[in-house]
Amino acid sequence: MYSEKVMDHFSNPRNVGEIENASGVGTVGNAKCGDIMRIFLDIDENQVIRDCKFKTFGCGAAVATSSMATEMVMGKTVQEALEVTNVAVMEALDGLPPVKVHCSLLAEEAIHAALWDYAEKNHIQIEGLKKPKADIHDEEEVGE
Amino acid sequence: MSRLIYLDNAATTAVHPEVFEAMKPYFMECYGNPSSVYGFAAGSKKAVEDARETVAKFIGARASEIYFTGGGSESDNWAIKAVAEARKDKGNHIITSKIEHHAVLHTCEYLEKQGFEVTYLDVDEDGVIRLEELKAAIRPTTILISVMFANNEIGTIEPMKEIGEIAREHGILFHTDAVQAYGHIPIDVEELHIDLLSASGHKINGPKGVGIMYLRNSVKLGSFIHGGAQERNRRAGTHNVPGIVGFAKATEIGAKTMEERAAHEIALRDRLIEGILDRVPHARLNGHRTERLPNNVNISFEFIEGESLLILLDQQGVCASSGSACTSGSLDPSHVLLAIGLPHEKAHGSLRLTLSHETTREDVDFVVEQVEKIVARLRSMSPLYDDYCKNVQK
Repeated sequence: MYSEKVMDHFSNPRNVGEIENASGVGTVGNAKCGDIMRIFLDIDENQVIRDCKFKTFGCGAAVATSSMATEMVMGKTVQEALEVTNVAVMEALDGLPPVKVHCSLLAEEAIHAALWDYAEKNHIQIEGLKKPKADIHDEEEVGE
Repeated sequence: MSRLIYLDNAATTAVHPEVFEAMKPYFMECYGNPSSVYGFAAGSKKAVEDARETVAKFIGARASEIYFTGGGSESDNWAIKAVAEARKDKGNHIITSKIEHHAVLHTCEYLEKQGFEVTYLDVDEDGVIRLEELKAAIRPTTILISVMFANNEIGTIEPMKEIGEIAREHGILFHTDAVQAYGHIPIDVEELHIDLLSASGHKINGPKGVGIMYLRNSVKLGSFIHGGAQERNRRAGTHNVPGIVGFAKATEIGAKTMEERAAHEIALRDRLIEGILDRVPHARLNGHRTERLPNNVNISFEFIEGESLLILLDQQGVCASSGSACTSGSLDPSHVLLAIGLPHEKAHGSLRLTLSHETTREDVDFVVEQVEKIVARLRSMSPLYDDYCKNVQK
């Protein structure tokens, strides 16, 4: 059911771990629904993402999207990182089964939450960044 | 990885070689329609009637009480809908449990839309219904009690005899979905006061697409599939002769080997349960410890999600299943695990391993080792486990 890329990123996830004293940390998801993602960002003084790590509780797709998202934001500026959308993550993984699309939304949201945390800690504003939702499933479930 | 360890026998089983041999002649040699008049079809007719005898004998019924169907789900649908229809003048209330297979649950939900009322009994933490609650749920309008013989996810065996007695005392029909129990543990419909029973071929090393419904002779029900006089006018459709023959052969082998097979499976089941619980912290057994199917193991692991566990086990050649939402195709984990009181996050981290007579001690030891490794690996990347460890340190 998963593409080879998803299986690769699930079996050999990149950037698993934590960053101590991270510039920004974002946790999204809901254990009740079966997935939680936490993303750690280390951002330098030029607002470039020097390092990015993740920890995820969830299915194969949740782990793979976290892994891919961390790879995609690495080395980017915070502004560029905002352009890493769930669609971009999905495309990079050669697609996800329809029931797993929410995992990619979770990855996008986790990056945004970590950037939001960074912006708050540094009292700056990142153009185009909205305050992340605490639980992305809230809206999704209503919509179904 | 060439080795395959198949531990999903509650999902389906391999056809037994003797079953396959018994079925073969009915495809190309003895292919006549049992309903036909000419002599050529007599062999098919005899095969079906012999099969009916075998099955009847196995559950303590008469041959005229066995109906061949297209499988367990059809039998469940037929039993419940036909009782509802036949008894609607007497009442509109049905009692079942929250842990039934969806073939029963969704049929009951369908009937609710048709104006029937359904009580879904809670279960205790082991997955057993409470008899006092069952008694209290009975109304003058109750026409049917449907409680499964043994649960497909957690393996718990329900108190059939007690339920049967309660049903009989109140003049209520008693149906049981015995799909997981049939061929694995003894069933006697007389002793247990069962009026209707569903079973399936492919769970007992028989073929897929064939099942039975036992219907007590004194109970008159309408047909479910219309269009022919087969099965005493109650189930139309040309007999699936090879399937029926296979079902009977699987029943015969099941009966003959039951005791020995159960002993083998129980020993390995307990080795597997103890092995995992000993080596993996924050794990719990789901379902009753002893009142449990010989081949069922169901364990929840905290801080991890079931689908991830299944994929990694698959990579080691181990076939298993889980009650996590991701494997059910919905946002909710298994209704059975929620009914025994597991919070959502623990239900997401469940693993079901169902053994067979072919499972070996080496298989079990390999799986214990793999489960230990994989759970540790998934926990090392779980933010929930991190949070737990940090809280413990505080």
